[in-house]
Amino acid sequence: MSLWFVLALMTAAAVFAVLWPLGRSPRLRGGDEAAIYKDQLAEIARDQSAGLISAEDAAAAELEISRRLLSSAKADSDVPAASHLYVRRTVAVLALVGLPLLAGALYLRQGSPTLEDVPLAARATVPPASASLETLVAQVETHLEKNPKDGRGWEVLAPVLLKLGRADDAVRAWRNSLQYNGETAARRADLGEAIAAAAGGVITAEANTEFEHALALDPNEVKARHFTAVAAQQDGRSEQARAIWRDMLTKAPENAPWRPLVVRALAQLGGVAPELPGDVAAASKDMTPTQRAEMIGGMVERLATRLKQNGDDVEGWLRLVRAYLVLGQTDKAKQAIADARQATGNSPDRLRALNDALKDLGLEG
Amino acid sequence: MIAEAGHYALALALALALVQSIVPVIGARLGDPRLMGVAASTSIGQFAFVLFAFGVLTTAYVVSDFSVVNVYENSHSAKPLIYKITGVWGNHEGSMLLWVLILALFSALVAIFGTNLPLVLRSLVLAVQGWIASAFYLFILFTSNPFLRIADPPIEGRDLNPVLQDIGLAVHPPLLYLGYVGFSVSFSFAIAALIEGRIGAAWARWVRPWTLLAWVFLTLGIAMGSYWAYYELGWGGWWFWDPVENASLMPWLAGTALLHSAVVMEKRNALKVWTILLAILTFSLSLLGTFLVRSGVLTSVHTFASDPTRGVFILAILCVFIGGSLALYAWRAPSLTQGGLFAPISREGALVLNNLLLTTACATVFVGTLYPLVLETLTSEKISVGAPFFNLTFGPLFVPLLLAVPFGPLLAWKRGDLLAAAQRLMFAGLCALLALALLMAWTGAGAVLAPLAIALAVFVIVGAMSDLIEKTGALRLAPQISLRRAAGLPRSTWGTAFAHAGLGVALLGIVCETTWNSERIAAIKPGDVVAVAGYQVKLENVVQRQGPNYREQVARFSILRDGQPIATLSPSKRAFSARGSSTTEAALLTRGLSQLYISLGDQSADGSISVRLYYKPLVVLIWFGAVMMAFGGLLSLSDRRLRVGAPKPARPARSLQPAE
Repeated sequence: MSLWFVLALMTAAAVFAVLWPLGRSPRLRGGDEAAIYKDQLAEIARDQSAGLISAEDAAAAELEISRRLLSSAKADSDVPAASHLYVRRTVAVLALVGLPLLAGALYLRQGSPTLEDVPLAARATVPPASASLETLVAQVETHLEKNPKDGRGWEVLAPVLLKLGRADDAVRAWRNSLQYNGETAARRADLGEAIAAAAGGVITAEANTEFEHALALDPNEVKARHFTAVAAQQDGRSEQARAIWRDMLTKAPENAPWRPLVVRALAQLGGVAPELPGDVAAASKDMTPTQRAEMIGGMVERLATRLKQNGDDVEGWLRLVRAYLVLGQTDKAKQAIADARQATGNSPDRLRALNDALKDLGLEG
Repeated sequence: MIAEAGHYALALALALALVQSIVPVIGARLGDPRLMGVAASTSIGQFAFVLFAFGVLTTAYVVSDFSVVNVYENSHSAKPLIYKITGVWGNHEGSMLLWVLILALFSALVAIFGTNLPLVLRSLVLAVQGWIASAFYLFILFTSNPFLRIADPPIEGRDLNPVLQDIGLAVHPPLLYLGYVGFSVSFSFAIAALIEGRIGAAWARWVRPWTLLAWVFLTLGIAMGSYWAYYELGWGGWWFWDPVENASLMPWLAGTALLHSAVVMEKRNALKVWTILLAILTFSLSLLGTFLVRSGVLTSVHTFASDPTRGVFILAILCVFIGGSLALYAWRAPSLTQGGLFAPISREGALVLNNLLLTTACATVFVGTLYPLVLETLTSEKISVGAPFFNLTFGPLFVPLLLAVPFGPLLAWKRGDLLAAAQRLMFAGLCALLALALLMAWTGAGAVLAPLAIALAVFVIVGAMSDLIEKTGALRLAPQISLRRAAGLPRSTWGTAFAHAGLGVALLGIVCETTWNSERIAAIKPGDVVAVAGYQVKLENVVQRQGPNYREQVARFSILRDGQPIATLSPSKRAFSARGSSTTEAALLTRGLSQLYISLGDQSADGSISVRLYYKPLVVLIWFGAVMMAFGGLLSLSDRRLRVGAPKPARPARSLQPAE
């Protein structure tokens, strides 16, 4: 049975509900007041015979009710009974045409006639490969809901939650992972990261405690060290932040994947990365111009992607705009400015900071 | 496909409600019975469609169809079936759908069972029901549509607010709505009478069952809500003078007044204009309650979502219906015929006193509820009007009311004899004095108010019974005769006695609970024993348990009396991860009419857990009294006989009581 068929049947039923009484010959006119008063009189007689009221009370009540009976009979007689064929036909036509039109218009305003029902039972057959990330996360969460002690599950889930932006849930997941998998420096640092993310990137005292825990377990835990530096930077202790980052770069292996991140952080603070043969900048020296362009392009793209996800970072936007200008991609720079304004639009302070800085860059204010 | 059919059914219901609003009025003007007949068939059709829509939404919840936004936002596949069903109205959209479903149900009932009504009156009543229904269908379809869909449905829903995952949600809102919306019928009758310009004792007879029905449901709904708050919120309180509670209390007070003034109207053809006004006010207060709760003006567990457009829409509905009906009243009421006269000391007079006190009490609650809101809107200054205000204003108004309650049924119609009534209440008065003396002796004059209040409660209960004793002649006549008289007594007389006694019973519970409840708050470890009101409560252990969609921390307590274990209680705290929130499940032990109440607090680092223990003497009476009142209402409802108030002639006749 198609949807339209069902809807048509329903409409027919509704129209019938209006047309039916119009076509029927009028029934008896229902009850009237007089009937009530007559019943009341009968009631008095009954009460009197049952000995519930005295004869004189009954007489007084009968007198009153009879008076009401008379006046109601007078009122009833002056109601005309009439039949208005013309009005009835108008109502019938309106019902026949107006009812479906009105209901249809109201329904189509927000209805989705093309969508099928999707009861849960029908959906368990969806193969995992085609399931979206969120679906998978939901499945893992359901599993963990029933088996909360599955430490591995929490461990797998936590970083995904953080990526999905569900920082609060990630905090909970890391805590559970710590509880059921045991304490390691890496898990402590991850928990701290999640707490900071939940606080909008601010390294709170709570997050800092976790980093301290991690460093107590392993003084060289990279993530914990990095975030300790970020905390120092946020507190205005730039020198200390620079010192930590420099130390990290000195100790780190050349191919450490986080190296570019730290270098960038350091550069942002105005610090110069220690001259090492394995430094990114140095590496780029040996590249062909194409390779170098690719590397720079890749870095810019990463920045752009990050800003798309989190547009609050005014400094980031400015760097992106500057990078596009240096690369000669004016269109993209303009696009980035527009994006930045939109992303920071809900916070007047950030928007003002952005506009001021753009003016400094010599761009339209 | 089913979900879409439900959506369309709602649109059709609106279309039918519009026809129902207009055609019968034209029919009544022209005097055309066929046009007036449209009212009945459209209201039945409208009910069928909205019932279908409601069924569709329920089905979507039961099968966890998360392609419906409303289901996704308020359900979870792991939820037990009962909460999937109750979750239908555990949210804004669904609860509005329940609202119109009940409205349509009442219209359909009037259409089916109102065959004894004059055709013109019935058509007009149904048309007014149609106006209300149209307004709310529009509200639902334009601001709170429960049938919106998601093209790419998520795999799991966001779950229902855990506080609402309780059997209370299955009972409280439907009962309350049956009460709120039930008063729409009285309202429609009042408006119809104003339009038609005819009103009399017959009108009161026709409207009586509807008012009673609504009142019974509202009474039960309020009592159930109070009991739910009592055991779910974990604070041991059963009434908080919270604006949302007040919003349900106001229609109850006005509805109680309406019930009584309608009796005067039916029996004596008096107080007609006033009764009409009360009918309008009662439903207006119901609408106001809906507005307060649904618009987001108040934030509470009842406010599922706040959206300014909804607030403005409901406010518009409120203004149109309240303003419109009062304007109609001001215009038409003076042309209505006035009723009979009566002496101040008479049954009518007693009922007028009842009305005065009830409406004043209602006005007090109204002021206490709305004043802070208005003040905040105008000056953005936040004040809170709480229990002290209501206790100081509401209490003094209820004391004279309760004192007068036993007198009412004993006074004769038209011209009563206060002295004779007082004589018949002598026994009740003696009982009250005895109770007072005993309590004073027992409490050692510590609390003066409590013994007085209990004496008042005893007076009300025994007074209600004296009326029955008087009418059946239980103490004067032979048992067989008085039994026969008891059987012959109208059920409405029994109903009055039960409802009035219920009032006293509830008062008894309230006074005992507030005066003598004991409370202990302690942080205890497994093995520790805490004593409260003669009971020893021992914490056995604390365990974690996994529920269908939550984890819970269950503490097992042994309750000992004189060293003998008498029961085990297991209060718990439940954590719902889907919403990241938790609930407290208090455990209750009912001993006789009193309750021992344990609710868990937080667990501290050293393994001890904080618990709140209450011993609440006679607390059950509060709700038992309300159930008694509702039972009295049902008894009266089942009495299909006509009510005649035989007027008392000037000469006092002492032999027999007038019939009810």
